[in-house]
Amino acid sequence: MSILINQDSRVIVQGFTGREGTFHSTQMIEYGTRIVGGITPNKGGQIHLDKPVFNTVEEAVKETAADVSVIFVPAPFAADAIIEAALAGIALIVCISEGIPVLDMVKVKHFLCTTSSRLIGPNCPGIISPGKCKVGIMPSRIHSPGKVGIISRSGTLTYVAVDQITRENLGQSTGIGIGGDPIIGTSFVEALQLFKDDEQTEALVMIGEIGGTLEEEAAAYIGKNFNKPVVAFIAGQTAPPGRRMGHAGAIISGGRGTAAEKMAVLKKNGVHVVENPAEIGATVKKILG
Amino acid sequence: MKIHEYQAKELLKSCGVPVPLGEVADTAEKALAVAERLGYPCVIKAQVHAGGRGKAGGIQLVRNRSEAEKHIARILGLTLVSHQTGPEGKLVRKLLVEQGLDIIKEFYLAIIIDREEEMPVIIASSQGGMEIETVARDHPQAIFKMHVHPVTGLSACHIRNLAFKLDLSKVQQQNFSNLLINLYELFLKSDASLVEINPLIVTANDEVLALDAKINFDDNALGRHPDIAAWRDVHEEEPLEVEASKFELNYIRLDGNIGCMVNGAGLAMATMDIIKFYGGEPANFLDVGGATSVEKVKEAFKILLADKNVRAVFVNIFGGIVRTDLVANGIVYAAKGLEIKIPIVIRLVGTNEEEGMRILRESQLNFVTENVLADAVRRVVELAKGD
Repeated sequence: MSILINQDSRVIVQGFTGREGTFHSTQMIEYGTRIVGGITPNKGGQIHLDKPVFNTVEEAVKETAADVSVIFVPAPFAADAIIEAALAGIALIVCISEGIPVLDMVKVKHFLCTTSSRLIGPNCPGIISPGKCKVGIMPSRIHSPGKVGIISRSGTLTYVAVDQITRENLGQSTGIGIGGDPIIGTSFVEALQLFKDDEQTEALVMIGEIGGTLEEEAAAYIGKNFNKPVVAFIAGQTAPPGRRMGHAGAIISGGRGTAAEKMAVLKKNGVHVVENPAEIGATVKKILG
Repeated sequence: MKIHEYQAKELLKSCGVPVPLGEVADTAEKALAVAERLGYPCVIKAQVHAGGRGKAGGIQLVRNRSEAEKHIARILGLTLVSHQTGPEGKLVRKLLVEQGLDIIKEFYLAIIIDREEEMPVIIASSQGGMEIETVARDHPQAIFKMHVHPVTGLSACHIRNLAFKLDLSKVQQQNFSNLLINLYELFLKSDASLVEINPLIVTANDEVLALDAKINFDDNALGRHPDIAAWRDVHEEEPLEVEASKFELNYIRLDGNIGCMVNGAGLAMATMDIIKFYGGEPANFLDVGGATSVEKVKEAFKILLADKNVRAVFVNIFGGIVRTDLVANGIVYAAKGLEIKIPIVIRLVGTNEEEGMRILRESQLNFVTENVLADAVRRVVELAKGD
């Protein structure tokens, strides 16, 4: 199976004709993703990368029956793009844009609760079901279809883990970058709930980092409800408190959100926590035999 | 982004939040003139971006002109060392001189975004003047929280609940209510990430004022607040971090001796972790980003090498979309332009890695190349120790 996206997903791109949108849409099309069109206001009616351009998401959905949208619009306009996608009834919204003001995300998050749309991101590499569909910016080449699910708050660090999983000949069922911001659409727990019922997924790799409590919530969920093996790495074991480590959400504040705290509670709930990120792939291999 | 107390108070005042009368001064003469104009007693406050100023001797109540002269001379130009400044301390370049007030009650009041609830939360405490972390540890029952849902916004019930918990009289309640309404609006409209009034005071006349003020802003939103962005004081930041920010490099200086250059924030953090895992100490966090250009790599090297503690450099690049041969060319070009005397260990993995490593090896430069992460880190840790 795989989760959330597959070969039948009909994907549109918001911010289609921009530099980022063009580059990554080209890559996605090459990978085999069914890009059915894109949105750039005031460029409706044009053709870009052999696909139709629309002025609004609503129009795009009407014409193409799209059910997934990926957002590349600049951060100041990205919250609006998410709202537009949800209003048009898009089931899965993947927001790549980095740098959205947190108060914009407060509004977006509570608005999304009133819709049936799911958001992944923002500030994330997207989602991939190898061999079927890629909605995001991750390098295709390092992925291979297989049995390990990946959930991560990071970008490049996730690729490092994916690369190890591929080299161990295990492959990935679906990889989700949930994003490095303080407020994000899909949490570790929500992603775990989806992987739980996916037959293709036999084990899970979870890459967390300092800041917030998503890892602690995931640990509690895994302890009670998740019976597939989970291997976790938490970045930022050596990060100083009070400093934002690149990602807006990666900050230890008021002594909370440390890597040590997260690693301890994950271990307590039966998660295989690795201290050395070079050992992620080998650890999964050892567990799956 | 952080701002000074005097800037925070200007902002508060402009939004209708009462603050004591006062003025900022950058010379002893100006500071004394403000004190004379306000009358005594008044308070001399060091303006640096750090808490713990009182205990560190940066805040002083003065009762007359001679005390004012003495303490202005002492505090202005002082290198203030508090538990938040680090051992090197912070130079006091400006003083805020404020009227002394007759205080009958002190509270703590703050607004932040609660990440778990994904909405703003107002935090109040009856233990004013104390650090909230200390109160949370020792007197958790003295802390009151009120979440504000974005649909309702701040409602009268939020304010009433807090006012009763803080045991305010009817007149005080009214003054507190006016203050909180304005403070909450300021939080939203300025895209603040933290507004902290500690202490919030009640005077003998039942007035409610912000005696101290700390406001931080969401860096992601500064683009829509140019007036606030203009308040940035680079003197308060680490010079190398200021330099890095000019080139959109995400750099944070640390205490170790292994300089790190990495693409991606998560991988940059993990690289620090693994250096520590093998017994080394990272000198910095540095994320050079995805689209790594030659110029960026060069600037990154300059910044790493400007830290005199750095004994060896570790470059850890995972080329996903980025081609590692292009990164290798950038490293060679950058290194040729700079006289680098310390060892550099480089690991390039991903797209075109063989080509990338070949470029590095054939550059005639003093690079150590390693493909396996653990080997590369062991090597750089050794080299930094001078073995």
